[in-house]
Amino acid sequence: MLDVITLFLFSIIVYNIPLLYGTTGEIMIEKSGSLNLGVEGTMAIGAVAGYLIGMRSGSLLVACLVSFAASGLVGLLFAFLTVTLQANQNVTGLTITTFGVAFYYFIGNAVSNSESKWPALGDSPLDKQFSPIEIPLLSKIPVIGKVLFSHTILIYLGVIIAILMWLYFKKTVPGLKLRAIGENPGAADSLGVNITLYKYIHIIIGSGIMGIGGLYMALNMGGTFEGSNCWINGYGWISIALVIFANWSPAKAILGTFVFGFFNTLRVQNAPLASAFPKTLGWLTKIPAQFFSALPFIITLIVLLISSVRKNNNSCEPSAIGRNYYREDR
Amino acid sequence: MEYAIELKGISKQFGPLFANKNVSLQLKKGEILALLGENGSGKTTLMNMLSGIYMPDSGSIFIDGKKVSISSPEDSAKLGIGMVHQHFKLVERFTALDNIRIGLRDNKSLLLKKDTKDVVMKMAEKFGFDIDPDKLVSNMSVSEKQTLEILKVLCYGAKIIILDEPTAVLTVQEIDKLFKVLRKMKEEGHSIIIITHKLNEVMDISDRVTVLRHGEYIGTVVTSESTEKSLTELMVGRKIDLDIKCVPIEKTKPLLEIRGLTVKNDEGAIAVDHLDFYIRGGEMLGVAGIAGSGQKELCEAIAGLRPIVDGKIIHKGDNIVGLPPAKILEKGISMSFIPEDRLGMGLAPSLSITDNMILKNYGEHKGPFIDRKLAREEAKKVIERFKVVTPSTETPVRKLSGGNVQKVLLGREIKSGPNVLITAYPVRGLDINSSYMIYDILNEQKKKDVGILFIGEDIDVMMALCDKIMVICHGRLMGVVNSNHTTKEEIGLMMTGALDLVDRGGKTAGIAKDSEIAGNDKNETEDTGL
Repeated sequence: MLDVITLFLFSIIVYNIPLLYGTTGEIMIEKSGSLNLGVEGTMAIGAVAGYLIGMRSGSLLVACLVSFAASGLVGLLFAFLTVTLQANQNVTGLTITTFGVAFYYFIGNAVSNSESKWPALGDSPLDKQFSPIEIPLLSKIPVIGKVLFSHTILIYLGVIIAILMWLYFKKTVPGLKLRAIGENPGAADSLGVNITLYKYIHIIIGSGIMGIGGLYMALNMGGTFEGSNCWINGYGWISIALVIFANWSPAKAILGTFVFGFFNTLRVQNAPLASAFPKTLGWLTKIPAQFFSALPFIITLIVLLISSVRKNNNSCEPSAIGRNYYREDR
Repeated sequence: MEYAIELKGISKQFGPLFANKNVSLQLKKGEILALLGENGSGKTTLMNMLSGIYMPDSGSIFIDGKKVSISSPEDSAKLGIGMVHQHFKLVERFTALDNIRIGLRDNKSLLLKKDTKDVVMKMAEKFGFDIDPDKLVSNMSVSEKQTLEILKVLCYGAKIIILDEPTAVLTVQEIDKLFKVLRKMKEEGHSIIIITHKLNEVMDISDRVTVLRHGEYIGTVVTSESTEKSLTELMVGRKIDLDIKCVPIEKTKPLLEIRGLTVKNDEGAIAVDHLDFYIRGGEMLGVAGIAGSGQKELCEAIAGLRPIVDGKIIHKGDNIVGLPPAKILEKGISMSFIPEDRLGMGLAPSLSITDNMILKNYGEHKGPFIDRKLAREEAKKVIERFKVVTPSTETPVRKLSGGNVQKVLLGREIKSGPNVLITAYPVRGLDINSSYMIYDILNEQKKKDVGILFIGEDIDVMMALCDKIMVICHGRLMGVVNSNHTTKEEIGLMMTGALDLVDRGGKTAGIAKDSEIAGNDKNETEDTGL
């Protein structure tokens, strides 16, 4: 019985860490006052580029760097369109999502239909590097050890990024300047902060972080390309909602990921739970699978509903979000 | 003599429009120079070229005798220029200290320094600022925010300080405090430029005055050798009658009575707190208060745009609480509110003047179609009567200048023939000519027995124009005074809440003798002021 619970908690982390990448990446962009709705597409491009080149090179590090760079390029495009050309952020973000997902299918189909075929992950060098690392001593603790300290490198990396980002916003001068831009770009500008540079850098880094999340999804799904289903599977959209749930704090994003992950994991793990606790949780199996698939999105809807109804002063939404800044605007 | 700043032949164009044309200006070291001009005369644009927001199209800038080029706020700060903008450049969600930290240049390390606080506090002490470095800007009063802005530029080592209309939002007492600080800064060797269009302040604080008109340099005079009258003539370009007339009218019974009105603001805090007052026909009641003391919420509550928590709003004996805005309009209660951005309320900026006329009374048209012909006639009438400068009736409102927008808004409200006119900040940001025109329009309405609620910013104007002035502080009534029997200082004290005249001497301010509200158990005496 303990095993079932351990497995359930373990799955929450394993299946949902891409949400953390997507959320922290989006938080970094939103802190600069830009709203990027292109998370889904940015992750898709990072995933397919990182996976294909990673498989060829046989190195997880190369795969990560390529994912980061490919998605960073998408971020550069977003920054160029919205910061330099002052295009509407919502429209640009949606375009990037449409483009990114389509790019994923295009490359996927092209490679699958080529002579070399789609590279399978099974037993490749990449797969070996993607195996769990058990942290000495800590991983021996019952339940917690398995749940928290026996994961692949990318899971630890995701959490480390979130914590570093939290420190960056709170304790550093560039972090302070970045937050000032998101709150009141006019004020930051009048104090000599280079808004264009800050926005470019943070949009690119934020997008790059999303890309690694995409790569994780590719590897975690076994790297099989299906013509009908994108690896990212809506996680990019949920990430945008998670930013609101986490109140724009990378530290809270960790918590938010696991809360969302709980509902997400019910979909995969409801049968073992029901058989382990037939009396209390037996009803889980009576719920149709489609409902579980829809559950994360239903929760997203509820979170957005609650957060817009609640409207308290504690919301840390950057005040200038979604509006382009033009110095000579009057 | 070497000047702190010397501008030679500065020009700046926005499209075909010259904001500044061949402007020259000299700021001596250690002096306070007032930059005087009507709205749209290019004062702020000129100063923004010193602060690096705009780049001049032609002309040269000299700092301490050396020719410089300022292409960004960063350049400006490095040259020792600090600007306190009219709309504060502060991050509301940060503390005072964090706001200062954003622009600090001494910090080579990536991490935020701990000892910044001591440096800031030392600077504050030196100039006698009273400030809490850990207070959030969103919790600060306007005066505190301005103090922070000045402290901020001092912390960045500014030697030349430019203040853009610093007194517009302050009470009389706060202005005194600000001027004390400015004089102290002058003693310390700072050079100061202060932008304003209030003549009494120019006379009070400045050493010399530079006057701009329509973007052009008119001249520079020594303050002690000029008078308010001579400065006005320089500013406007002709002689002008500075008296505002208050037309005494036989007053009628109370038209609008407000009793115990309590309203919440958008954040859910109490904005208007048990307010009592009344307006008679042919009476103009001024409302004085620091910005954000509940003026907006009061207007919206009367117009039916905001639900009220408690209280009565009686119009000619009928309670209008809970009526939809259209019904309240039908009863002849008209509201025009000019918000800070001047376009936010009442008019649709992208629509033409004609379409904006339709917005108010489309319900009166019969059938499913609107009568554009009639509306165009109405628009024409407003344009003629109020001398609105516009190419045609079909010009989008946003293309008009601020004064003309306000005339259109007021014209539309008056056209419907209201019996109660609520007007908030009708002259906000207007120059002298347009302001006087608006005062005339209001006085004309008063002669028609319309009761007017005039929510204003300038106490001098209200004392001259209104019959009575009601002072509110944090949404609470501080008293109603007769404008002939009060002083600016008294009103200033009431605005800050230091003086409360309600219930003084057994009188309850704000309740009429001949009130139409039955069962009045309060002391029924009319306040006639002190």
